[in-house]
Amino acid sequence: MSVQASPTLFMAMATAATATSAHPDVVSIARVAPPSSLRRTRSKEMWARALRVRFPATLNRGRGFASKAGPQGKVQEAGQGTHSPRLATQGAGRVPAAKIEHLERLALVNFGSREAVARLEKAIAFADQLHAVDTDGVEPLESVLEDRCVYLRSDNVAEGNCTEELLRNSHHVVEEYFVAPPEMNPQPRNFPKNGQHSYLNKKAHLYTPAHILTPEI
Amino acid sequence: MNTAYKDWESFQEDMVLAGITPVDTESSSVPTHHLLELCYIPPYNATVVQKLLDQGALLMGKTNLDEFAMGSGSTDGVFGPVKNPWSYSKQYRERQRHDEHGDSHWLITGGSSGGSAAAVAAYTCFAALGSDTGGSTRNPAAHCGLVGFKPSYGLVSRHGLIPLVNSMDVPGIFTRCVDDTAVVLGVLAGHDPKDSTTVQDPIKLPMILGEMDVSRLCIGIPKEYLVPELSSEIRSLWSQAADLFESEGAKVIEVSLPHTCYSIVCYHVLCTSEVASNMARFDGLQYGHRSGIDVSTEAMYAATRQEGFSDVVRGRILSGNFFLLKENYENYFVKAQKVRRLIVRDFMNAFDSGVDVLLTPTTLSEAVPYLEFIKEDNRTRSAQDDIFTQAVNMAGLPAVSVPVALSNQGLPIGLQFIGRAFCDQQLLTVAKWFEKQVQFPTIQLQDLMDDGSLVLENGKLTSVSLT
Repeated sequence: MSVQASPTLFMAMATAATATSAHPDVVSIARVAPPSSLRRTRSKEMWARALRVRFPATLNRGRGFASKAGPQGKVQEAGQGTHSPRLATQGAGRVPAAKIEHLERLALVNFGSREAVARLEKAIAFADQLHAVDTDGVEPLESVLEDRCVYLRSDNVAEGNCTEELLRNSHHVVEEYFVAPPEMNPQPRNFPKNGQHSYLNKKAHLYTPAHILTPEI
Repeated sequence: MNTAYKDWESFQEDMVLAGITPVDTESSSVPTHHLLELCYIPPYNATVVQKLLDQGALLMGKTNLDEFAMGSGSTDGVFGPVKNPWSYSKQYRERQRHDEHGDSHWLITGGSSGGSAAAVAAYTCFAALGSDTGGSTRNPAAHCGLVGFKPSYGLVSRHGLIPLVNSMDVPGIFTRCVDDTAVVLGVLAGHDPKDSTTVQDPIKLPMILGEMDVSRLCIGIPKEYLVPELSSEIRSLWSQAADLFESEGAKVIEVSLPHTCYSIVCYHVLCTSEVASNMARFDGLQYGHRSGIDVSTEAMYAATRQEGFSDVVRGRILSGNFFLLKENYENYFVKAQKVRRLIVRDFMNAFDSGVDVLLTPTTLSEAVPYLEFIKEDNRTRSAQDDIFTQAVNMAGLPAVSVPVALSNQGLPIGLQFIGRAFCDQQLLTVAKWFEKQVQFPTIQLQDLMDDGSLVLENGKLTSVSLT
């Protein structure tokens, strides 16, 4: 849908938000404590050795990673210098004002604040870590059911006739139509002068008849 | 289920139930969970709800959750945060200092299906439905001491489940024991003509879990899941659980899922992209909240969505739209889809090496106080807390969180089992055996115990009078 943004509605966002790195290291480790009681129906003596850790080799490697703090840290190492060049217009990670406006128009959602723009920049920086993965020769996966022939029902009308229920959920209806406000900059129409309804011309932009809709969203 | 079986069910607000209005105080339901749909009266039932009703289930109510199931704490719903019933348990309170007995230190349930978890944990119903896109059923189940089950993608219908990520969403089941989960799954599983992503494989119903011969089992422990942030208590319990299986003759081996560290990033991109698409339908025109601004259609849409969506939801929509821009599509969205295939391959390789079931933690730690949880924003928390659970959704595998033991603070800790696709019954059989070994304690809710009549059988509450 092509829309014209209303200048009063969408704020022009300054790109004063500072670039941020990938999101902060994860939560602190819980208190070190003896293990809680894990009861079994059999001998409890086996649990006397409960403090023994199962994979000492693995845990040693784990401790070696402590300073890198989990997946983001590991990936950070590999991901140096892999920021997309398109983002590096005003310093790494900043999103230009024009892009902000464009996103607001596409999404029909307002950023609303500089914090929101900063959050987007953090989200982008976070996502940039994907570039470290080698995906040569790998096909994109759209569905885990890709190897199956999924069911497609035949194109027969099986439901409907629920006009009233559907109309009930809308705030503004006229007879069986959902009503939308007029277009922002309507194009002149070539209606004949005689016989045109003044209601149509000056009031609402009529939308979708409810009777062709099915119950689901 | 042919027997007259009184199931008391709750399900969360993003499943539709016909005819429930916001001002209907007679029914036990509450208005839908987000402002955009506060006045939405669904004209149809979700398939999973209808299946339960057809079997004689009694609806107890609709429960709270994070708005649009986005979050890992159930703190971002329009009706406020959800409190973990374990905050009021004897087991927790007796370990707290006396001056902390006020209500300001209550704990989160985890999320996003926290309301459903709280409902089952507090014995208000037999079972509850939630959703699971990145761990939203398993996470609160672990924090609330419940069995939280995520079925294989394609086993249970998503018709009526308001979509978050179409390729990963599934309805989730909360119960207090694994047998109950099997009962509910037996009702819900199966092909639905209204959801073409449900498979048509024949499923043996009712789902009865038999005895398990553990000595024939091979348990895999993914080494990449041993992260420094994992609490030492959970690490220890994980180790003990592995020992338990080994002592019973099972083969327990270490496996590698090498792309684990990228899964949360991959999920972030795919989730926000699908969200951007799925949330586009909420424009206020046919249903839901509609802004008073009537200057133009575009202005009305924009204002409606501004008023109707929380910051979290708006943030995800905007991020998703960014990743879906033409110039970014290949680099982000398609790239994430490729990484997703690598993650799925990791799981397949692990199972192909002879592993039947993977054993992992569910959460990094026990439930934390609300005041501590909200110190970080929603996205950060989700990225932290989903770490063990969301890769499963990417691969569409079944997984279950089983409560194992209480922490030193007296709070529940759960461990997760992950099975092969469509081997849900086998997975639940393993979980049932494990549950029987660990004998997780019943929650002791003091106020509840002091009045009303209770029937306690084998440590399980079978019926309770709330008068």
